[in-house]
Amino acid sequence: MSVITLTLNGEMISGLTGQTLLEVIREHGVELPTLCHLEGISERGGCRLCMVEVNGRMTAACVTKANEGMHVNTHTEKLQNYRRMILELLFAERNHVCAVCVMNGHCELQSVAAAQGMDSVRYDYLSPELPMDASHKRFVLDHNRCILCTRCLRVCDEVEGAHTWELKGRGIHSMVITDLNGPWGESPSCTSCGKCVQVCPTGALYDQGSTVAEMEKKHDFLPWILGGRGKKEWNW
Amino acid sequence: MMAKKKEANTKIRLATAWLGGCSGCHMSFLDLDEQLLDLFAAADLVYSPIADIKEFPPNVDVTLVEGAVANVDHLELAQQIRANSKIVVSFGDCAVTGNVTSLRNRLGVDDLLTAVYHEGPGNLPRGGEVDKVMPALLPKVLPLHQVIPVDATIPGCPPDPERIWTAVSALLAGKEATLPEKMRMFG
Amino acid sequence: MNRSELFNMAQVEQERQAKLRFRILSCASTPCLSAGSQDVFNALQTAVTEHGLNAEVDVVASGCNGLCSHGPVVRIQTGDAPDDIYEFVTPEIARQIVARYADENGADVSEHLIPADAPFFAKQQRIVLGNSGRIDQEDIEGYIARGGYTALAHVLREMAPEQVCDAINQSGLRGRGGAGYPTGLKWQLVRKAPSNKKYVVVNCDEGDPGAYMDRTILESDPHRLLEGMAIAGYAVGADQGYIFVRGGYPGAEKRLNQLERVIRMAEKHGLLGGRVMDSNFSFRIDIRLGAGAFVCGEETALMLSIMGKRAQPVPRPPYPAQRGLWGAPTLLNNVETFANIVPIILNGADWYANIGTEKSKGTKVFALAGKVVNGGLIEVPMGMTLREIIYDIGGGIRDGHEFKAAQTGGPSGGCIPAQHLDSPVDYESMKALGSIMGSGGLIVLDDTSCMVDVARFFMEFCVDESCGKCVPCRVGTMQMLRQLEKICNGSATMQDLEILEELCEMVRETSLCGLGQSAPNPVLSTLRHFRDEYEAHILERRCPAGVCKMDQVPVMELAEELPRRMRSASGQKEVA
Repeated sequence: MSVITLTLNGEMISGLTGQTLLEVIREHGVELPTLCHLEGISERGGCRLCMVEVNGRMTAACVTKANEGMHVNTHTEKLQNYRRMILELLFAERNHVCAVCVMNGHCELQSVAAAQGMDSVRYDYLSPELPMDASHKRFVLDHNRCILCTRCLRVCDEVEGAHTWELKGRGIHSMVITDLNGPWGESPSCTSCGKCVQVCPTGALYDQGSTVAEMEKKHDFLPWILGGRGKKEWNW
Repeated sequence: MMAKKKEANTKIRLATAWLGGCSGCHMSFLDLDEQLLDLFAAADLVYSPIADIKEFPPNVDVTLVEGAVANVDHLELAQQIRANSKIVVSFGDCAVTGNVTSLRNRLGVDDLLTAVYHEGPGNLPRGGEVDKVMPALLPKVLPLHQVIPVDATIPGCPPDPERIWTAVSALLAGKEATLPEKMRMFG
Repeated sequence: MNRSELFNMAQVEQERQAKLRFRILSCASTPCLSAGSQDVFNALQTAVTEHGLNAEVDVVASGCNGLCSHGPVVRIQTGDAPDDIYEFVTPEIARQIVARYADENGADVSEHLIPADAPFFAKQQRIVLGNSGRIDQEDIEGYIARGGYTALAHVLREMAPEQVCDAINQSGLRGRGGAGYPTGLKWQLVRKAPSNKKYVVVNCDEGDPGAYMDRTILESDPHRLLEGMAIAGYAVGADQGYIFVRGGYPGAEKRLNQLERVIRMAEKHGLLGGRVMDSNFSFRIDIRLGAGAFVCGEETALMLSIMGKRAQPVPRPPYPAQRGLWGAPTLLNNVETFANIVPIILNGADWYANIGTEKSKGTKVFALAGKVVNGGLIEVPMGMTLREIIYDIGGGIRDGHEFKAAQTGGPSGGCIPAQHLDSPVDYESMKALGSIMGSGGLIVLDDTSCMVDVARFFMEFCVDESCGKCVPCRVGTMQMLRQLEKICNGSATMQDLEILEELCEMVRETSLCGLGQSAPNPVLSTLRHFRDEYEAHILERRCPAGVCKMDQVPVMELAEELPRRMRSASGQKEVA
């Protein structure tokens, strides 16, 4: 890997070839909000919160490779405004009622909104009628709180290797499903490992029996599992 | 602007209003406890559900509005509030986002009334007293800013007294009620 | 089949056709079929038999002649004379036509004969559609008799792959899918990409409302496409091609079976498959059927669909030319682009570069639809003005109404108003007017069309067709639709218009793929040229074209409106 030089918000910085812009930007202490990105699983480029301006053009930092000589701006007024708009769109899309959510206080959507200063939603709340799936003996899926980041799909496919989760429908009607859209509790492929629940940024996936604000998640296990695999640390 | 007015002689004219909400925000407001003394040293409460005043008065400086806009009465009061207040604050999650009050939005108004008033234990007949007395429900519950322009928001369900005091004391001092990040969370 | 066998077959078929008294070509493409051309075809066959002319007359189910709004269309070829084309043919008229050509004293059918100098045909320059309407798609001899596969034979024998890429580059051909990327450049990129496995893919996921250019080429002249693909395969070093066809067309299955037979027929003759025309070049073509999603027209989604995955676009780079199907460099062009290859090779790059404008070479096929007299499939040189297309070829606006706008480029495009009727139709001019060339949809709107309603229609389409991967497109289009619906039902305020405009910019700049990035175009272009209509809806609560119902009120007025409605719903009299 060779060193490259680029300009980040007017300052010269260096990175390594092969790194994504998001990695380089975060390494240099600049905060960029993300929701679909998660260290340890593949990039999706779907939430569009990490949009940055590269040489005047907008691009998602998580799926753009850092290149020599790039001029990157991360916090122009327009970008900040767009980030708030994207968050407003997410809050308006489904029934995100923080006050009665199991993840209240620990939710990534909630905290990103607060950090970005998204104080209200100007768009129509779409208030869709969406089901819940509580058929699994340990976990619950609540579509009302899902933001379709597909972290669950990716961790299940790439880390657990089960590929229980998939998407059905398209556009605004997209929904995560287990196997061929059967009840989660009857999924023959699900190993009940719980990785999907831990990586879910909102209260869409949670432990059975949790009530308001009780659910907390950790995803630091991911780099640990993956690192362990790579370094063959598990000989016990 | 307000500071000047304060010097002139009168205290700040403060109002609080209660639309479609549970009054939890007002309870939290009362939880300001001894800060209430500081508050009322600087402000007069000219309209509030906790003070028995029937008409929304003119020339109000700051109005805190709890609750979402759920029916035509709320709509009318919201319009009165806007017409008579210099600064309108969405007070609590229901006013800011619709929150719990808006959970009914996925049902149509008719289905909602049927479920609540006609299929319940009381089984009231259609066209009875309830239908006449109750103000007409809006097709969808709306957050306050989707009905009238709002100048500031205090999120939270309910907003804890620290948030309320941070915002209100800033407004009393004639500053913008911008909350720090950790006080901006919904829920 | 080698080169000399090919020429021999062409000669035999040409001689056979020359001996006939006349040939009847009855259009069997979808628009004419829906107008009843199957019955016409049957009647023609029966009539020919009745006249005892089976040995002297061909009755052929041909491809599209273009004048789709006047179908069923029948074409008669008599020796070297110009073809006679009949419109609105019924089985009865069909019998009369056969009688007329069998015996000059037969019935007079001139009422249905389109004059030879009719501007609909005279103003067109049919290159891509050169064979369309003149051959039977399943008849490989018919294609070969018209010079088919000689371009491939020429390329394989006379040209090195680089020379083919250079020729395409010199011709100035640009991608006909809409974006207008230089085709030769793309070919060179794939050619230079290091890999021993490469693919050629045809994008036939045509999904714009009202557009059927690609489908018609596929149905009317499929060998032209196959030949173009094979030339591309030779030029870039690919040995496998895929035709990606949109699923969900009515009758798609029958058409695909036909296409499959056409491909296998070409293979049987040694014109595709292993060792094409006894050369060292092998090229196999297979069909892949999509599941009917508009987003499959986006190249990365299309490739995922071919690979059997969920069709959701992935960020570029890497571009398909670098990493495409199964990681191999992939050449992806639209049907019309590939259909241009054969004439370029046969007539030379310079010939092609002389057609059209400076930056947009060649011709463009349009599906002319909407409120014009002559709707159908047309092909014109680049740079022709909209006025010529709509008033000369299209015959003007139907029922004496007034032209209002031309919608080009489908849901990714925009509307061009009357004051720009004289601007030339090419990639640059269309873009400058806030629309796009697109793949060739051209819908003419008259004074009975509400431009807000048009924008709402296209936004509804984008909401339906968004794949759902990125937030701006998935939710942003839905919210834009909400605002447009409010404007159309009378409940919008000027603030809603502001929100709409802001959303347009955001969705355009932040969406992941072309579908989302272009989804706001119909709104932006109607706002640019018809802002007054939006304002009339909002400020005066009036739809100038009288299309929108306007039966709602803004939320602020609900305090008065709701109780009034409840009273009228419960039968109480309104209080004055």
